Amino acid sequence: MNGIEANDLSLAYDGDMVINQLSATVRMGDITTLVGPNGCGKSTLLKGMARLLRPRGGVVLLDGHSIHTMPTRQLARQLGILSQSPTAPEGLTVYELVSQGRFPHQGFFRQWTAEDEEKTREAIAATNIVHLADRPLDTLSGGQRQRAWIAMTIAQDTSILLLDEPTTHLDIGHQLEVMELIERLNRQRKMTILLVLHDLNQAARYSKRLIVLDRGQIVADGAPGEVLTEQMVARVFRVKASILVDPESAAPYCLPYATIGGDNPSRL
Amino acid sequence: MLKGGLAVGLLILGVVVAVAIGLGAAEIDLVTVGKAIFSYDAADIEQVIIRTVRLPRVVAGVIIGAGLAAAGAVMQGLTGNPLASPGLLGINAGAAFAVVLGVYLLGAPPLPVYGLLAMVGAAVAGITVYALASLGRGGASPAKLTLAGVIFSLFLSALTTSLLVMDQNTFDQIRFWTVGSLAARAWPMVITLGPFVAAGLAGAMLLSRQITTLSLGQDIARGLGQDTTRVRALSAAAVILMVGGSVAIAGPVGFVGLIVPHVVRAICGLDYRWIIPYAAVAGAILVTAADTVGRVVQRPQEVPIGVMLALVGAPFFVYLTRYKIR
Amino acid sequence: MMKQDEFPRPAWLALRTPHARVSFRLDRRLPLVVAALLLALLLALVISVSYGEFRIGYLDVMKAVVGIDTGDSRNALVVQNFRLPRILLALLIGVALAVSGAVIQGITRNDLADPGLLGINAGAGVLVVGYLTLAAVPDTRLLPWLALAGGLGAALLIYLMTWKGGSSTLRLVLLGVGVSAFGAALINYFITQLEVDSAQRAFVWLTGSVYGSTWADVRLLGVWAALLIPPTVLMARHLNVLGLGDDAAASLGLRVEVVRLVLIAISAALAAVTVTVAGTIAFAGLVAPHIARRLVGPAHEGLLLVSALVGGLLLVVADLAARAVIAPEELPIGVTIALIGGPFFAWLLYKRGR
Repeated sequence: MNGIEANDLSLAYDGDMVINQLSATVRMGDITTLVGPNGCGKSTLLKGMARLLRPRGGVVLLDGHSIHTMPTRQLARQLGILSQSPTAPEGLTVYELVSQGRFPHQGFFRQWTAEDEEKTREAIAATNIVHLADRPLDTLSGGQRQRAWIAMTIAQDTSILLLDEPTTHLDIGHQLEVMELIERLNRQRKMTILLVLHDLNQAARYSKRLIVLDRGQIVADGAPGEVLTEQMVARVFRVKASILVDPESAAPYCLPYATIGGDNPSRL
Repeated sequence: MLKGGLAVGLLILGVVVAVAIGLGAAEIDLVTVGKAIFSYDAADIEQVIIRTVRLPRVVAGVIIGAGLAAAGAVMQGLTGNPLASPGLLGINAGAAFAVVLGVYLLGAPPLPVYGLLAMVGAAVAGITVYALASLGRGGASPAKLTLAGVIFSLFLSALTTSLLVMDQNTFDQIRFWTVGSLAARAWPMVITLGPFVAAGLAGAMLLSRQITTLSLGQDIARGLGQDTTRVRALSAAAVILMVGGSVAIAGPVGFVGLIVPHVVRAICGLDYRWIIPYAAVAGAILVTAADTVGRVVQRPQEVPIGVMLALVGAPFFVYLTRYKIR
Repeated sequence: MMKQDEFPRPAWLALRTPHARVSFRLDRRLPLVVAALLLALLLALVISVSYGEFRIGYLDVMKAVVGIDTGDSRNALVVQNFRLPRILLALLIGVALAVSGAVIQGITRNDLADPGLLGINAGAGVLVVGYLTLAAVPDTRLLPWLALAGGLGAALLIYLMTWKGGSSTLRLVLLGVGVSAFGAALINYFITQLEVDSAQRAFVWLTGSVYGSTWADVRLLGVWAALLIPPTVLMARHLNVLGLGDDAAASLGLRVEVVRLVLIAISAALAAVTVTVAGTIAFAGLVAPHIARRLVGPAHEGLLLVSALVGGLLLVVADLAARAVIAPEELPIGVTIALIGGPFFAWLLYKRGR
């Protein structure tokens, strides 16, 4: 299968044109991450590619077919998305949440097959929350909850997964857990993953490819080593930084030390 | 600039009031109106009508318009919710229950007695709802206030309905009061009940700076050193006075408290030191104008103020809910 | 390889036909809860049928219902012609309103939603009372249809107004209160225009009453409930998914707008038909799903069924109270359910520390 392609995509939010005639291809089998400053449109782009926003112009193709004309259920069997801060009804247990992921595979009379049961269990095991399976979601920690939601998208059994800032609001331990889970999903299950991340270093360490957005346009696209440079950080984020090399992963590591156009007392 | 706006508002109010006094089942010219107020001649029948019928009614309209609108503004600041209305504290339901109970027990009391019963019922209900909402942790938070108010109102309504269903006389009496009307409101009622509304309004004006702070959010207000519990309690008291008095005078009248604050906020911004007086003036204008229209549009019959305001209020309400809600 | 015994037992039972052509799942608590509720319902029905100015012993009640001769011919008459229709109607109303309420709460992701609070009652009331006031010679056969039209119209209006970005507890409740206030103002006005007898009768209808219900009413509501409730139960999964938020639901393959419209139409129709036969009854649709949620959790496969049973039970009890509290006179059922439901609901909420 070819990847997801955005062709001349234009997306507006509340009347403002956020993404303007953007074209990009996400290759299958990769972890690709969208990064960029606040307001650059990365979440908007992600939503547009998941058909949660209707484009003002252009089209999104999945394996050559337009996602906009695809039946909803069919799309859901191929592509799953997890938005920021998802909510669930009070009292819903982990088991119940993850089992919702099977929805696109079910019908009016096939409401809970053996396969549904199996996939749900697998998803829960894959995210290491078996011991939490019958606890209500609202009694879990942020990291555990996030894993439960990811488990739901795993149960959905798609080949492509989109995640909008899955690590924001989590402490460093939970952040690592989630990123390692994502990496495992990509490696072991061959899932294609498109992420939006704030943390440049996380993005650099775990992604095969980085796409940098600024004001609705792609300003850099390539392997982290190529993309994460001092010039790029200065231009896009208005920050002076040193780019080091992470000794563990050999990925670039960005160490910011001053904003451009502002005073930094420690460097005066 | 805002001061100028207020002066303009008062001027408009004056004009509306003058017209209101002049119009009615019998049209009376403004000269006579002026004479009736300033150099009263008891022999002139028109002046008598003005003094004893029109004037108290118009004054009553001004009072309830000002009271309900200001109370609505305070409620919205208190609950932080743009759809909060004065009736939310269970006040209208309490007044209705007291009135119905009174009529059921007393037969056919005169209108001023309605007023007293309503005032008492309103006060008791308002205090009860506030007390209920203060139970448990968090005190009288916006969510709890609303919930307590809604549930208590429904419950009281059920009780009220029981009485109305059981006794046809009571029902017959009450149905004309329930619709909300300024008909036959004379000086005795205005003089005994008006002061409550005035007191509530004065209290609200004195509290206006505190209410502005409170409307920024509980945590921020506390951080600025405000005793939020006290301010909330005092604000609620002012609301109870204003609404209780208004319901006592005219019966349960809706929409004024809901809509006027929004219009006013668009003009004055978020400072309650301006919102409250502007709301009072705008509310007075609205009610007086609506009542005047209600009196002339179906002469010699009247459309009660409660209905007029609902007719004006509804489209506005729809607009509000679509564009102003979080 | 995953060890099956490591996994905690799922909270549900799976029912499958041999070749997995048909499969369903049910919450584990469900059979017990349903059995208990059915028993309670049976008890309530027997007590209710036996109660009245003309007392009938419990055994005789059961005989009379089934058609066995009890020796006293009046028993059969009273039971069949007067008591059973209204009690069964109360039961069906409870079921219909509870399901309607559960669906609305699921759609709006808000457990303070109730068909009555959502203006359906106001809409029905305005059309019915308005017609009685404005028509020169009102045709009472039109009234049920007007109630239906008014109720559905108001529901549609509220649906359109609520649907603008997410929903919030306060907003929904206040929106319903506001629309109901508008309806109430108009209704109050019409009530002042009618002559007092008609006015009071309209008022009683507005409050909700099963007095004088006939088998025709029972059949009407029964048919509608039988048509509308099964599809609702089949859509329990859809309701579950909707509860995760519009975006999550869409990404799971749910056609959100279509499903929501269908569900709201069903919910409104159920509520509106109850208004047609018994006037406007508030609260049942609000409280029953709450209680059900306490018993079996938020998953709709069980919630809908248990809500229905709880609602039925509530209304049967409310009907008994309506007949008993000021006997030999009667209160409208709309009143007793608010009197029972109100404090109970307040207690439920405060227990949750909201």
